[in-house]
Amino acid sequence: MSLVKLDQVHKYYGDFHVLKGIDLNIKVGEVVSIIGKSGSGKSTLLRCINGLEAYQQGGIAVDDKEVTSEDIQVRRLALSVGMIFQSFNLFPHLTVGENIMLAPTIVLKKSKQEAEKTARAMLEKVGLGDKFDRYPEKLSGGQQQRVAIARALAMNPKVLLCDEITSALDPELVGDVLKVLEQLAAEGMTLILVTHEMNFARDVGDRVVFMHQGKVWEEGNSKKLLSEPQTEELKQFIGAVL
Amino acid sequence: MIEFSNWDILRNLLLAAQWTLLLSIAAFIGGTVVALTLTAMRLTRNVVVMRIVRVYVELFQGTPLLMQMFLCFFGLSMIGYEISAWGAAILSLTLFTSAFLVEIWRGCIDTLPKGQWEASRVLGLNFLQTLRHVILPQATKVAFAPTVGFSVQVVKGTALASVIGFVELTKAGTMLNNATFEPFKVFAFVALIYFALCYPLSLCSKYLEKKYHVAR
Amino acid sequence: MLNFSDLLPYTDVFLSGLMTTMELTVLTTALGVLVGTTCAAIRQYGNGTSQRTVAAYVELIRNTPFIVQLFFIFFGLPAVGLILTSWQASIIALTINLGAYSTEIIRAGLSNISKGQWEAAKVLGLNFRQTLLRVVFTPAFEKIYPALTSQCIIVMLGSAVLSQISVQDLTYAANLVQSRNFRAFESYVVTALMYLGLAMLMRYVFVLIGKRLFAFREAS
Repeated sequence: MSLVKLDQVHKYYGDFHVLKGIDLNIKVGEVVSIIGKSGSGKSTLLRCINGLEAYQQGGIAVDDKEVTSEDIQVRRLALSVGMIFQSFNLFPHLTVGENIMLAPTIVLKKSKQEAEKTARAMLEKVGLGDKFDRYPEKLSGGQQQRVAIARALAMNPKVLLCDEITSALDPELVGDVLKVLEQLAAEGMTLILVTHEMNFARDVGDRVVFMHQGKVWEEGNSKKLLSEPQTEELKQFIGAVL
Repeated sequence: MIEFSNWDILRNLLLAAQWTLLLSIAAFIGGTVVALTLTAMRLTRNVVVMRIVRVYVELFQGTPLLMQMFLCFFGLSMIGYEISAWGAAILSLTLFTSAFLVEIWRGCIDTLPKGQWEASRVLGLNFLQTLRHVILPQATKVAFAPTVGFSVQVVKGTALASVIGFVELTKAGTMLNNATFEPFKVFAFVALIYFALCYPLSLCSKYLEKKYHVAR
Repeated sequence: MLNFSDLLPYTDVFLSGLMTTMELTVLTTALGVLVGTTCAAIRQYGNGTSQRTVAAYVELIRNTPFIVQLFFIFFGLPAVGLILTSWQASIIALTINLGAYSTEIIRAGLSNISKGQWEAAKVLGLNFRQTLLRVVFTPAFEKIYPALTSQCIIVMLGSAVLSQISVQDLTYAANLVQSRNFRAFESYVVTALMYLGLAMLMRYVFVLIGKRLFAFREAS
């Protein structure tokens, strides 16, 4: 059964045609890596899936519910779609624990105790059980990003969108974040990642989607696609990043 | 002619300075209330409402405070609304203060990264929840220093109330000057008292700014 | 009832007031920014004593009302032998006032210039003065240009107070007209709008000047 379904999605920024008819079906538990050069529309695609960006034609559905960029829709969507950003976007005035508990208490109306229990469990999961009362600025980039993952997980999403979540990190911190993702994948979480981490895409991902000039240029099983690229563009791209 | 000692001059000026202080506080409170309302209006993101706020700011920032005071005092009474010098001073200073504060605060809200709004949105917070739990707690922290800094402009602005005849520090100065014929001394005293009122506020604003920047 | 047509016979009075305000503004904007630039350079690069002197000047002016500064210069200084016309007193007061504010603003711009720029100029053999004039000033001013020009407009609006020492500026004209035709509201509304127009004109002119000064941005 497909959890995320895109049907001929078109998006324009003014006259600029960013997405040119994207079709995509993502099943429950799948780990899909979206790769491509900057400007190929991959981040935009991700932001359309959770309604941060509006699209002009076609349809997107998550869990059989239509996605639009209207505020109410986006909020309803937030219950099933989590998102993690390149720049973490933690709330600097709140402690790690408060960051994670904010949405569960005021959106899901959970009790404080319950939210705290979940928050602590999620922090434990990302390996930061001892940082509950710290402020984000006291943490390293890698730790901040793992807090952001815990914050998204606390909403119990059906799918997690990751927008270049390791790109702003120092190389030695990338591993910790990827390890958390790997663990989530193993637990059966559906993941859609825009990423430059080819090794991760090959070893952990099920499927790779290569985007080029606003289109899905090539897609398929990750190991096969990355070792035997069919198109000239993907060959070039792989040659450039590896 | 009555003889005025230095102490006489200073004492009279200090008495009048109480009115400067009172006027400043009243105008600052009034300005804050109006500016809060305007900021709320602006946050609705309604195009028409935002334009009204824009025009308001433009009008009160683009004309002299003295002219606004004249309009409130002489102007209003000419078209049938009797108003005291005290009332006109508070009214015009309130309008003036609010126009600047609303701009200062807008800047503070706008400096927050867009990611804060986006992160809140994807977590399912609605507009008011985002404002209350994410944006305002951060924006108020940033706004503190420039708001205190602007209070200096309010205190100095009250000096113009002397022109419409309200007896505060500056007016007392001109009156004492007429009685003593010692303008150098009198206006030096007046300036020093203003300095004593304003400088601590300036220092406080600078301190807050530093503190905030370090905390960031 | 409002009646703006009663103002028409006084068009000349308004225009002459407007001219005076504009003259004062142009002159003191130039002088004030000059004083500010000099003081900012001293504040940033000078020795201890000169730095402290400039700091004291800036704080004293920024923490007292303009009208008191004006009264002190116009009424107070003659008492110690320095007799000034109201015109001279106005020029001095406005220049000193804008000078203090612009010192603070320009200094912020100067401190924003990275050490690398100074080092690059040094290894190319430029001396301090050359570096300041040729390398540092333009980008420093570009950074703070909006703040500086806003301050110039604020000082122009503040010049309305000069009417209190009988400078025949726009506000003086408004007072004169309303004392003759008893149309205070109309007179002040029209004057306020003229100030507003002047403020907008200044902003426009500053944008044009800015485009000229910082043309290197356009090219890139």
